[in-house]
Amino acid sequence: MNAVLDTIIQGILLGALYGLFAAGLSLVFGIMRLVNIAHGDFIVFGAFMALLVQKLLHIESPFTALIVLVPLMFVLGYLLQRAIFNPALGGTFLRPILVTFGLSVIIENGLLEGFSADSQKLQAGQFAIQSIPLPRGLAVGLFPLTMLAVCFIVIAVLQWLMYRTKLGRTFRATSDDQMTAGLMGVNWRNLFGIATGITMATVAIAGVFMGIRAGFDPSTGPDQLIFAFEAVIIGGLGSLWGTMLGGILLGVAQSIGARISADDMILAGHVMFLVVLMVRPNGLFPKRGD
Amino acid sequence: MSSEVKNVVVQRNTKASRVSAVVFVPVILVLLSVPHWGSRGMISMLIEFFFYLGVSQMWNLLGGYGGLVSIGQHAYIGLGGYMLFLLTIVLNIHPLLAILGAGVICAIISIPVAGLVFRLQGAYQAIGTWVIAEVFELIFYKVTILGGGSGKSLPVPVAEAVNIPPIGRDGVLYLAALILCALVNFGAYLILCSRGGLAVKAVRDNEGAARSCGIDNVRLKLVLFVASALGTGLLGAVIYLDEFYISPTAAFDINWTCYMIFIVVIGGIGTLEGPIIGTIVFFVLRQYLSDLGSWYLIILGMLAIVIMLKMPEGIWGTICDRFDIHIFPTRRRLVFGKGEGVEV
Repeated sequence: MNAVLDTIIQGILLGALYGLFAAGLSLVFGIMRLVNIAHGDFIVFGAFMALLVQKLLHIESPFTALIVLVPLMFVLGYLLQRAIFNPALGGTFLRPILVTFGLSVIIENGLLEGFSADSQKLQAGQFAIQSIPLPRGLAVGLFPLTMLAVCFIVIAVLQWLMYRTKLGRTFRATSDDQMTAGLMGVNWRNLFGIATGITMATVAIAGVFMGIRAGFDPSTGPDQLIFAFEAVIIGGLGSLWGTMLGGILLGVAQSIGARISADDMILAGHVMFLVVLMVRPNGLFPKRGD
Repeated sequence: MSSEVKNVVVQRNTKASRVSAVVFVPVILVLLSVPHWGSRGMISMLIEFFFYLGVSQMWNLLGGYGGLVSIGQHAYIGLGGYMLFLLTIVLNIHPLLAILGAGVICAIISIPVAGLVFRLQGAYQAIGTWVIAEVFELIFYKVTILGGGSGKSLPVPVAEAVNIPPIGRDGVLYLAALILCALVNFGAYLILCSRGGLAVKAVRDNEGAARSCGIDNVRLKLVLFVASALGTGLLGAVIYLDEFYISPTAAFDINWTCYMIFIVVIGGIGTLEGPIIGTIVFFVLRQYLSDLGSWYLIILGMLAIVIMLKMPEGIWGTICDRFDIHIFPTRRRLVFGKGEGVEV
């Protein structure tokens, strides 16, 4: 019984990381149907940038580096959207896929040139290894618990932004009908820029958590991407809480798989994903039919 | 009205296609003779060339014509390779026969896969194909008879079985790759020229309108999906007969699909000529830039972005639009007497 409970708790905590990976992806996917193949590489890029900021500004904690990194990534996201994503939108969904695909190759190899293929890790000192005892002899790590809390906060903030603010209303209107929103005076180019900016801000946070949790190198982007996509799709298009739940379900499935054998961890996650899609091709909580 | 349309003829071939049909015969003959005079380096480069051309054409058939964007086509390269190893090592089948067997197995396995993939749409479909390819990879980690995670080498007797004089092992593999590449391209051409091919293009251009004309969309897509798996599997088997060694990580490497997509996009998606141009560009770039290491891939990525944004039709599509040249014409055109034709 304890083993089952432990597996589920660890799965939920792991899932929080996937939820964090997926939050930004869910946002751009929901608002502009942009399938961003480079999202995983963005996360790895975020982790490398945290490393760089730490080194250049002599900052001890990677969390402090976020103060600089989050606005930087926001600006970068805005510029990327204006320069190359916006021109790729409007046709079939194939064009953004291919453009972000090219970008993914550029980021991966650019990081390889800049930082070499060595595996890196972000150091968070004692914080990364402390744990809190639970009843019945169980324990949870302080760091994974923070991850869950941050994932919850990020999703809650995005949810508030989308459903309680003027900006969110404009996002949703543009997502529903871009042309009519344009007639009402919405500048979609600017709006989509802001959306990708917000996404990149979440990516910076996701990158730091990923970098503290495990080693990363320039080639690890696609691994993060596939988990992020699975979380978004399981949750259903346009549903932010669904995305977090999707991440957690994926984490729990992987955790159960890992319990069977170390080889089965990732496989169990993929199988769960395919089964969900087989039963509900639009995910668990789709906002719309598409 | 009826008096005006009296002289209308439906025509498919063009002047360029008639000229190239004549040029093609000697080109094929020269290519067939390469094992007798070509250097080893040239032969092995051409094997790779035919491989990339063939698998890219298969991706194009699915993505460019079928409208099904797959980022998991490497599933069938890996599966084709593994089935070659399975058939030759475990069942002692001659490698050349095993290539065909591997292709057929890929085609059969793609049918239930299609059942899942076709439930999904658009972006979900693309991600779905990727996850399925990952599942294939993870499954082969567990197949200990084929080496599991650490991979397996091709036993010497199997490798020697294709060492047939006078052209030797390289020559035989070269001919296998050339013939399969030609068949795959010709097969794609035949499919697209058929009645079903016309329907496929109709679905791609306007799905709603095509379905209202009574086109069975799902059956057509299934044909493309299975044909694409067959072609990709055959070529995967050839390339792994050439490689000697297979492991899950390398066989199911997503970079295979990356390269297919680059080639198709750069050459021109949705044209049969596009992948040929794309493969030539890909190999020329590799020849001159591969010393640059990762900069080579950065340049390739930039090229893909620029082409997608500035000329989404690719190199061949742009040439087609400007000069109206079609080497493998799959479009039918109506010719009004002597005047310009209208393409449909």
